Amino acid sequence: MMDKVILAGFGGQGVMFLGKVLAYAGMSSDLELCWIPSYGPEMRGGTANCSVILSDEEINSPVIAYADAAIVLNKPAYDKFAPRVKPGGVLVVNSSLAKLDNVRDDITIVEIPATDMANELGNTSIANMVCLGALLPSLKLVDLAKVEKAMGKLTKKKPELLETNINAIKKGISFVNC
Amino acid sequence: MEKVLMKGNEIIGEAAIRSGCKLFFGYPITPSTEVIEYLSAQFPKVGGTVVQAEDEIGAINMCYGAACTGNRVMTASSSPGVSLKQEGLSYSAAVGLPMVVVNVNRCGPGLGGLGPAQSDYFQSTKGGGHGDYRLIVLAPSKAQELYDYTMEAFDLADKYRNPVLILSDGFLGQTMEPVVLKERPEAPAFDRSWVVDGAKGREKRVLASYSLTNEIGEANNLKWEAKYKHIQEQEQRWEEFHTEDAEYLLVSYGTTGRICKSTVLNARAKGIKLGLIRPITLWPYPEKAFIPYKEKVKGIVTVELNTGQMIEDVKLAVECKVPVHLYRRQGGMLPTEDEILDFVENKFNLSAVEEV
Repeated sequence: MMDKVILAGFGGQGVMFLGKVLAYAGMSSDLELCWIPSYGPEMRGGTANCSVILSDEEINSPVIAYADAAIVLNKPAYDKFAPRVKPGGVLVVNSSLAKLDNVRDDITIVEIPATDMANELGNTSIANMVCLGALLPSLKLVDLAKVEKAMGKLTKKKPELLETNINAIKKGISFVNC
Repeated sequence: MEKVLMKGNEIIGEAAIRSGCKLFFGYPITPSTEVIEYLSAQFPKVGGTVVQAEDEIGAINMCYGAACTGNRVMTASSSPGVSLKQEGLSYSAAVGLPMVVVNVNRCGPGLGGLGPAQSDYFQSTKGGGHGDYRLIVLAPSKAQELYDYTMEAFDLADKYRNPVLILSDGFLGQTMEPVVLKERPEAPAFDRSWVVDGAKGREKRVLASYSLTNEIGEANNLKWEAKYKHIQEQEQRWEEFHTEDAEYLLVSYGTTGRICKSTVLNARAKGIKLGLIRPITLWPYPEKAFIPYKEKVKGIVTVELNTGQMIEDVKLAVECKVPVHLYRRQGGMLPTEDEILDFVENKFNLSAVEEV
């Protein structure tokens, strides 16, 4: 079993951190995993993307041609990565910053106003966590409990962020569940 | 044993620490910079020293000096930086200095790009500097191997008094994967009778590569040649993946070696008997791996991130008894497992197999 996930947005939207949360969630349940960042000049172009592979068996090719799931936090990321979701896969779109065109009908698209929801929670920078919540029910190998455990480690230096992030994730989960 | 999640470049640094290396001389360059960055933060805690040299030439010559004293020493850089180190590497090889050099290969030529590439294969394996010397070259394909091979590199360097190169790439360097921090293997006591550490009370030792007469020059060359032959006999390393009944073989190392494993599995699912030889030592090249297959397989494809460099060694290893083709991407691009399989199917007319 494998979850191949692409995460993309502007630099500063917490794309790499989003990937790290998934990676550490995999780590805490002893999964095989790869966290693959964009690096070098790509990072200086204003867009950021990162991919994460979670697997319960050895990961051979770490190259993601087509992802099982993706989170896109803005329109340029939507344009670039919507075609990279495999048929039957899930795409979570931050609809506060991306109005959709060319909508694919062979994948599940979750439109979630994540930035607006994050603003309502009083912290615009947790839109990434809201989106993670919206994606979590679609992932095969990690769940909220594992993410909470990972978040504990990742926010050790800023414990106040633990609750903030988990609340945002829960908002995202309940958005897709209702 | 402790399991950690770290970037490939950081793992190299951690392995160096756990190998008893306490000296690192380098000059930062993307995508290798995390090696010097990590060691700058961690070495002081274990009594180690990092010097950021004025440039790569300074760094490799600091390695030369430190290695003369018998201490474990490392440097890391990326392609253009490694080019600058070639003179120092030739000198180090000429006097038999153990050191570990990491090349996080970027794509060239020239300043090039930062994506993964294997364009430095010739430079790494055929003697990138002047003179007739060889480096032992190890090619990891994932994070755990970055750790394991770095540890082994220090022992190989000491055992043979020879620089060892670890050939990585930007993809391996930047990716995070779980790594088990294995304990350092029990290493034998290495010969230190050549070390320059103060001649008080003993005869002086000289570590220099200049030979005043042609006779001495040839004697030196013969000595190094014998060592290289011994290494070729003893240290060829490779991994085989589904080779036993293979009719076709992929040959690939590093990042593409790993991608090829997925290609093999996908091919097998379609009924194509494909296998993989993944060289671990690029020098000495694992010619022995090909002995059972060169009379047996119908075709070979080398998968490389260059214009076809390792393919020459594969052709030599199979003595041109098997058709050898090249599938390559360049400039920082990686192939997908399916692109490689499409190439294999087309090259050997295998799409029919699928329909049977």
